Amino acid sequence: MSATDSGTFPTSAKVVVIGAGIVGNCLVGHLARLGWEDIVLIEKGPLPNPGGSTGHASNFIFPVDHNKEMALLGVQSANQYRDLNMSVDSGGIEVARTQERMDELQRRMTSAMAWGVEAKMLTPAEVKELVPFINEEVIMGGFHCPTVSVVDSLETGTVMRKEAAEKAGLQTFANTEVLDLITEDDPVPGMSQIKAVVTDKGTIEAEYVVIACGVWSNRIANMADTYIPLVPAVHQMADVGPMDVLVETNNEIGYPIVRDMDTFCYERQSAGSMEVGSYGHRAILHHPDEIPSNEEAALSPTEMPFTQDDFDPQMETAIELMDMLGDAEIKYAINGLLSLTPDAMPCLGELPDVRNLWSAAAVWVKEGPGMAQVVAEWMTYGYPRVIDPHASDISRFYADEKSDEHIWARADEHFIKTYGIVHPSEQWESRRGLKESSLKALTDGAGAEYFTARVWERPHWYTSNADLVEKYGLTEREVEWDNRWWSPIIDAEHLNLRENAGMIDLTAFQIFDLTGPGAVAFAEYLSVNKVDKPVGTSTYTPWLTPDGGFHSDLTMLRLGEDHIRVVTGAFDGGRDEAWVKKYMPTDGSVTFHNATEDYVTIGLWGPNAPAILGQLTDADLSHEGSPYGSVRSVTIATAGGDVSTDIFRISYVGDTGWEIYIPWADGPAVWEAIAAAGEGHGLRPTGAGVYAVGGRVEKGYRLMGAELESEYNPVEAGLARPKVKAADFIGKEAYLAAREAGPAAVMCTLAIEDLTDSQGRKRYIQGGNAPILTDDGERITDSHGRVSVVTTAGNGPSYGKFLCLGYLPVEMAEIGNTFKVMYMNEMFPATIVATTGSAFDPEDTRLKG
Amino acid sequence: MKILVCVKRVPAPGAKINVTDDGLAVDAAHLGFTTSPHEECALEEAVQISERNGGEVTVLTLGPVEAEEQLRYAASVGAHNIILVPTDGSAWDPQRTATALTEAIQQAEEANGAPFDLIFMGNESADSGGFQVGVRVAHKLSRPIVNGIKGIEPGEGSVTAKRAIDGGFEVYEVPTPAVLGILEGINLPRYPTMKGRLASKKVEMNSAEIDAAAGGQGLVTLHRPPEQASNTEILGTDESAAVAIVDLLEEIGVLS
Repeated sequence: MSATDSGTFPTSAKVVVIGAGIVGNCLVGHLARLGWEDIVLIEKGPLPNPGGSTGHASNFIFPVDHNKEMALLGVQSANQYRDLNMSVDSGGIEVARTQERMDELQRRMTSAMAWGVEAKMLTPAEVKELVPFINEEVIMGGFHCPTVSVVDSLETGTVMRKEAAEKAGLQTFANTEVLDLITEDDPVPGMSQIKAVVTDKGTIEAEYVVIACGVWSNRIANMADTYIPLVPAVHQMADVGPMDVLVETNNEIGYPIVRDMDTFCYERQSAGSMEVGSYGHRAILHHPDEIPSNEEAALSPTEMPFTQDDFDPQMETAIELMDMLGDAEIKYAINGLLSLTPDAMPCLGELPDVRNLWSAAAVWVKEGPGMAQVVAEWMTYGYPRVIDPHASDISRFYADEKSDEHIWARADEHFIKTYGIVHPSEQWESRRGLKESSLKALTDGAGAEYFTARVWERPHWYTSNADLVEKYGLTEREVEWDNRWWSPIIDAEHLNLRENAGMIDLTAFQIFDLTGPGAVAFAEYLSVNKVDKPVGTSTYTPWLTPDGGFHSDLTMLRLGEDHIRVVTGAFDGGRDEAWVKKYMPTDGSVTFHNATEDYVTIGLWGPNAPAILGQLTDADLSHEGSPYGSVRSVTIATAGGDVSTDIFRISYVGDTGWEIYIPWADGPAVWEAIAAAGEGHGLRPTGAGVYAVGGRVEKGYRLMGAELESEYNPVEAGLARPKVKAADFIGKEAYLAAREAGPAAVMCTLAIEDLTDSQGRKRYIQGGNAPILTDDGERITDSHGRVSVVTTAGNGPSYGKFLCLGYLPVEMAEIGNTFKVMYMNEMFPATIVATTGSAFDPEDTRLKG
Repeated sequence: MKILVCVKRVPAPGAKINVTDDGLAVDAAHLGFTTSPHEECALEEAVQISERNGGEVTVLTLGPVEAEEQLRYAASVGAHNIILVPTDGSAWDPQRTATALTEAIQQAEEANGAPFDLIFMGNESADSGGFQVGVRVAHKLSRPIVNGIKGIEPGEGSVTAKRAIDGGFEVYEVPTPAVLGILEGINLPRYPTMKGRLASKKVEMNSAEIDAAAGGQGLVTLHRPPEQASNTEILGTDESAAVAIVDLLEEIGVLS
């Protein structure tokens, strides 16, 4: 028995955690803190450094990120390292060599304000004061963050294991290799359950199993016939030294870490040497089977032989920045492995197809403790409390996103963006066209520019509508960044829809059919709002987490006595399907069918929509015959014959009209029939730019993942109904408490009063997360510590102003109150124009017209 | 003074060395490559001599085209010229290797118009360890050779070379041109600097296409020796371990 082994190998455990890197170690610690017992940690390598990515990590945390999950979990992780006395605040500076990067650093300043991280822009001379060996001639400025920290991730792991051993009797077994995962069929078709872990030391039956195996995670998941879509990728690193200036600090780290962003490199002092790390080389990806064992590896399995040629260009630019590096000896250089996923976000949560098998993977040292806490809370409370994990949730992936081909192509594309300047609307180049509507040939013909919603291609605007730009007197935006991934055609389509009509390809909608004798009761259990209503009605409803925050926000259609149709967005289909399968009855009373590819959905909206549709059907389209929220089976006449459709009177753009559900193959005929009927009514094909942003923001319609997150409840989002239904539902207790307590923050619509920046240019806020500040420029948090940021920003062409949605503390949430919105480190005056209602057409006259 | 150093590209091994399925080679799937350690020291010695006394260092290797990596490495730590005798990647026996190297040396000397004053070989290669190539090359060139060298002092028309023996050194004075088989430990080789590495990319690599007839020694098969078991005993995990540690140190004679 060694110091890290816990005696006799057990035959059963409540939970087995596989992998003792930073994530697995912190996870057992967090589980112990949350009261779990009977935990076993197994690790293939030796301890304390088993040979995974943790062992060669650079161990620094830059707490500023544009992404909320990554930023807040970075801060959270940094604080956990601090609490354990395992970190030193070295400070860090991102330097810019180009004007484009200087603009990006201003954007970083904005994100630093959003997440409450101290930061300052520095002149080259100021950078030189902090880093005397830098060549200030090659830089234009720097972004300084004093709370950048360097951590001891290995020792942190040891301490967390010790805590778990003391609190919960954790048993740890090093040098223990997992050979197989045993599963059993689950009553829900397509699902299985984890039963046991087979190792070279014996088999452990386990109620819960967590895969925290870093670069090996997908290989372990495959043992249970499931996937953790990540690929081991090389990050090159060379340790050069010694150098007197560093030796003289007599310290592991005495100077701020420098990130040379435009060359994709960093320089991080490590005692008397400098670690030069690169994200600037070609993407070098490996299959897990290519990683050597601990015995075979010259250094460790994840410190692979250095491929010098790939690093040479980085050395040249590193020497440019710090000449002293050129004369220092390269003592240690590796192709270090880390994990990349297809969308550059981690893989956290329960595997969607294997009950009680969890993933805590694709996590780097900088987020390790925080993400371990996320998973531990998720296992304990049914959903994390520290943050909404929707962008990290392993169930977000569709089947097409789990293949090696997809993972490799996307990792290959985004590796170079690790230090890149990534626009919030940036589109993928690789692996396009995975899912396309049957309308594709027609939307192609209309000049559609496609954006992806995960695997689905959605027309975002149509170049054939360019004439409308002139008609409405619109122009391109002044600054290229604001104009990137945008077109004035979007605003033109918007104005045309409000004046005439637009038809929108909504085929990316995810459609689930719940049928069977238990379908309605089950749907009721998922939903806040009442679903058990007459056939032909619908329910727009949140699905809550057990803590009463938003898990989903969608519509449910009562299509039959025992038939509920769920319609949700393309970004949420995976998560919502997993949620259904997690909770659905196992007695066979409910059948689940993913009907997404059975139907084409066309949205038809605008004041002329009833007149257009009326030409194609004899059905009563009046507000009596087709009232708001109703679903009607309607026959539509097309050139190829009659087509049976379901028309759903609803609107996400604020004008009257329908979502029309059409059998997949009949989609094109209906599209063409509507187009023909729309001639003379000003009908235009209209893109998701209107549907997803412009129309929505004018009406203040909330979006899951933007306004709606698990950290907020329906009362705060303005989505609470006057009464609470009698039936039980997930999160009901918390929901009732939230209603009792009242909102701490309220979702508001703000209009930007002046878009002019300090250089006299009109600026248009891109993406979410721009901080909403007081008139004096102070950061705003509510009584729960939640910061006010812009959740959606977009032009309101009909309203006439640029609009932002965001939560404000209840005491500030009054129409007319004024604020500043920070964008690119500049302040723009803003006024609340709506709270729970809409800025545009608050009386909803257009919906009723 | 012109010095030639012959080096060999060898796998940089992990703790466990695998053999290919046919038993004829080391499985290099997980391995990087390096310069055989004796030769790395030979190169360092040559560079140090040239830094002290002036002159040029040429590095020659026979191996696959990938051996350019070792030649560039040599250039990055101070070699002036680099020559590759490319093979098809298969392992050549010592006679074939020595014949080809000899011809390459003769070509280089012809081009220089003079023999190399000194030729440094590694005492033996890190992978096949045949101990033959240096002696065969010296013999073919009709030059003296001393192996096991741990100290070198170049003189006028001769070189003083030291070879370690029990309790001291044998000192040889050898007329030049001469061949010396260098032993690891003669010096501590430097690491390349970044500037050295970048400069090495600009050094022109000469390629000498030379083949030679196979010799008499053939490889039959490689096999891994049985793993040596090691026992680890935990002497204790708290202060009580101190007594056990002192006892052990006394037992092995570190403390008395």
